[in-house]
Amino acid sequence: MTNTWQDIKNANVILAMGGNPAEAHPCGFKWVTEAKQHNHARLVVVDPRFTRTASVADLYAPIRPGTDIAFLNGVMRYLLEKDAIQREYVLAFTNASLIVKEGYGFQDGLFSGFSPEKKDYDRSSWDYEIGEDGFVKSDPTLADPRCVINLLKQHVSRYTPETVSRICGTPVEKFLGVCELIASTAPADKALTSMYALGWTQHSVGSQNIRAMAVVQLLLGNIGVAGGGMNALRGHSNIQGLTDMGLLSNLMPGYLNLPKDSEPTLADYMKTRGFKPLRPGQTSYWQNYRKFLVSLQKSIYGAAAMADNDWAYDYLPKLDVPGYDILRAFDMMYGGKINGYICQGFNPLQAFPNKKKIRTALGKLKFLVVMDPLETETAHFWENHGDKNPSDPSKIATEVFLLPTTCFAEEDGSLTNSSRWLQWHWKAADAPGEARSDIAIMSGLFRRMKAMYQKDGGAFSDPILNLTWNYTNPVEPGPDELAKEVSGKALDEVKDANGAVLLRAGQQLASFAQLRDDGTTACGCWIYSGSWTEAGNQMARRDATDPREQGLAPNWAWSWPVNRRIMYNRASADPSGKPWNPAKPLIQWNGSAWTGIDVPDYVVTNKPDAGVGPFIMLAEGMGRLFARDQMREGPFPEHYEPFESPVPNALHPKVQSNPVARVFPDDAAEFGSVDKFPYVGTTYRLTEQFHFWSKHAKINAILQPEEFIEIGEVLAKEKGIAQGDWVKLSSNRGFVVCKAYVTKRLKPMMVGGKLVHTIGMPIHWGFTGQARKGFGANVLTPFVGDANSETPEFKAFLVNVEKTAVPVA
Amino acid sequence: MELDRRSFIKLSGAGLAATSIGALGFGAAGEALAAAVRPFKLAQATETRNTCTYCAVACGILIYSTGDRAKNAKASIIHIEGDPDHPVNRGTLCPKGAALLDVVHAPTRVKHPMVRAPGSNEFKRITWDDALDRIARLMKEDRDRNFIAKNGAGTTVNRWTSTGMLAASATSNETAFLTWKVARSFGMVVFDNQARV
Repeated sequence: MTNTWQDIKNANVILAMGGNPAEAHPCGFKWVTEAKQHNHARLVVVDPRFTRTASVADLYAPIRPGTDIAFLNGVMRYLLEKDAIQREYVLAFTNASLIVKEGYGFQDGLFSGFSPEKKDYDRSSWDYEIGEDGFVKSDPTLADPRCVINLLKQHVSRYTPETVSRICGTPVEKFLGVCELIASTAPADKALTSMYALGWTQHSVGSQNIRAMAVVQLLLGNIGVAGGGMNALRGHSNIQGLTDMGLLSNLMPGYLNLPKDSEPTLADYMKTRGFKPLRPGQTSYWQNYRKFLVSLQKSIYGAAAMADNDWAYDYLPKLDVPGYDILRAFDMMYGGKINGYICQGFNPLQAFPNKKKIRTALGKLKFLVVMDPLETETAHFWENHGDKNPSDPSKIATEVFLLPTTCFAEEDGSLTNSSRWLQWHWKAADAPGEARSDIAIMSGLFRRMKAMYQKDGGAFSDPILNLTWNYTNPVEPGPDELAKEVSGKALDEVKDANGAVLLRAGQQLASFAQLRDDGTTACGCWIYSGSWTEAGNQMARRDATDPREQGLAPNWAWSWPVNRRIMYNRASADPSGKPWNPAKPLIQWNGSAWTGIDVPDYVVTNKPDAGVGPFIMLAEGMGRLFARDQMREGPFPEHYEPFESPVPNALHPKVQSNPVARVFPDDAAEFGSVDKFPYVGTTYRLTEQFHFWSKHAKINAILQPEEFIEIGEVLAKEKGIAQGDWVKLSSNRGFVVCKAYVTKRLKPMMVGGKLVHTIGMPIHWGFTGQARKGFGANVLTPFVGDANSETPEFKAFLVNVEKTAVPVA
Repeated sequence: MELDRRSFIKLSGAGLAATSIGALGFGAAGEALAAAVRPFKLAQATETRNTCTYCAVACGILIYSTGDRAKNAKASIIHIEGDPDHPVNRGTLCPKGAALLDVVHAPTRVKHPMVRAPGSNEFKRITWDDALDRIARLMKEDRDRNFIAKNGAGTTVNRWTSTGMLAASATSNETAFLTWKVARSFGMVVFDNQARV
């Protein structure tokens, strides 16, 4: 989230699209209610299903799963055509006026540079025109047809309300009603907030769904302001933290990238990470990249990371593919290329697509280690549970370890919430039985490995032998010591530009502004720097004071970066430094500095007329309507159908689906076709259950005891399915037998002259826990991901449904 | 004076001594009734601040456990409720958060390290030392056999692709950092978390 949960109350319009916060984030949704009650906000819900969020909406518009980009491009077209944009913001703060290179183009569903053989783009034409002065060319009059905004207008011109309706199934008048409400936030003092979750990410075009909305928000001037923003509602208690901390194949802490094979030395690696400003005087904060990296290496490898060995650059593993993401990992496992696997608090048998493939893959492992507080299905994948898990234990040679861990109530530490707050929590009791913390288990494995490498040697042991491990309790390092390591400290005297000593050796850093690239600072995660300072643990702060009751609570816990609560808040004031919305200012220029109730996302002494853009992480300092080469499938969002779709792509039938999405051959063979699987399937959570965990809790097992699907009345009647009947829901990958809930919440839609039905399936059941046994929705889902993030396409696939007999118990 | 049951419990629960009940004019009957009211159990419990383990609204919670954290007292969690001071949830919890006590005490909590041998149809108990020794041995054997120090072109790449890891989604940042350190020091690249599912 760019903004805070409470800040939602400042919105004038709330768009819930790609998420169902009333059910998935109920206690955050109260701020929507607050906005409606006290700010006269209008709630707009766009969703395939009439959800509980929709039930309290001012306007609900149905949409066919997987067509959000067509809808949002249609919104952009509407805003540009009606001139319902915040013009001054767009001109000053976005790249609208920048000029794009000759050579960039779009035709018949493909952008310039496509190679059909590689199924990939040469993205070099997706960039700006650079002038003789080395800076990007622009035309503030917007007359040049190559200006970003003119190319955007041209790109979205195809998305007329009729075309949107033909693709999305949304009635034209509903679509226009949504456009009108969204457009009402174009005035400078009005804001719209976007609340989304996996309803946008779990598509083969997931990242572009979000980009499309970000472009809408930039056109409306809604980024960086109170009541605005792009608010990704994270689904797990610390998935924001684990992402920030770089626990992804291609990442290091603080969104640094793991090096690639093509970057054999630190100099090679830094060549593409200079982040030279594209316009004069821009902050382009990533220019400090080397400081973040060197300080990380000092934190991890201590004295073994030195200038002479490029700060132990060779200790970092290099990637030969974009990433060993979950889909690639399980495809490798399926092919017998992975021998060992560790699942820490993670249940892939339930959570990943195509359960049959996942189960088969796990059975090819030599060893599987599950660390979890609960008996997960993954730990028991080798058991035979009939149709619900047809394994033959005698044929599975995997050695499986199940290691009991503590849960949230049994340990200290910090979690990062959806709005980037690091909140410290405390242990209330010991764990049951012999359970140990994940810290103790990972330490136990590491110390054993290190001892063996010390004694017997083996493959490249330097990083293992030199990993810093100076903890008071080396067997189970304390969360407080680890938190200090993450926040960072001075290893030697740190001086400012004038030679004055800022920090003595051993002192905690105040913020990442003190990081150095000469080895005198160590910091485990630069964006978390300042979370534990010389003043103590900032994450444990509990002062709920809220200036003007504006929803920031700046002294509650600690927010990354530098305790800033609203990202890009420089954009909350006009170019001269006056707040766009005088009733809800965040920061403003007082004649000599930027001041206000939030930590400025800007150099505080930068004069407003100096022309430094508010998007300080970007080389041009401007919000990007045109994404340059940062997205794999194009600089503008384009509508592509899901890999399993009931209709041809209405815009370019030859380019049906995301042309650069990675599909493994085995998985392509398992896609189903519309003649056998005529209905659209989509999956989701219920408010009474959390993933596959809460079914272990008695109350939740009582509240939602058994697996079911939701099916609309029209389709149910057609198929002879009555309320509570048993049905078989199948895709080309498997089937589920469960009860049908016949509902008015799902209605058929007219898509290009064809009636399309959607069937919904909550995800929560498996074969462990206290609820009744179930198959799990991911028996059905396809094994394909978003082209940028590899997030599986769980939200749109093809199924068939038939009434079936009551299963034999 | 009208005094219904709710107000009465509120009064006595607020810490009024039984003797002062007499002052309310109930006489001996009041004293007997006051003695019969069970003491408010949370008054004796230890309160711990924590956050909900489910979604990333991260509602503040108060965990109540028996015992006073003395060295030889074994704490047991008896109640969990929303933290009224928390600026986001302000004391409220959803149907999942309100049932947190049941997940802490779920009968399917794993209590001992277990191992399932190849081809076997059951888990058997194993000691922590035996489990960790065995896993570390399996990992080292695999790493030594399959570690890729240089790629086909002779470039130093130092990666290990034949053993992988999925990191959690509800562990602390401190656990995450330690996990990252350990996994990367091994050269592990098949490494992901639950951000996408």
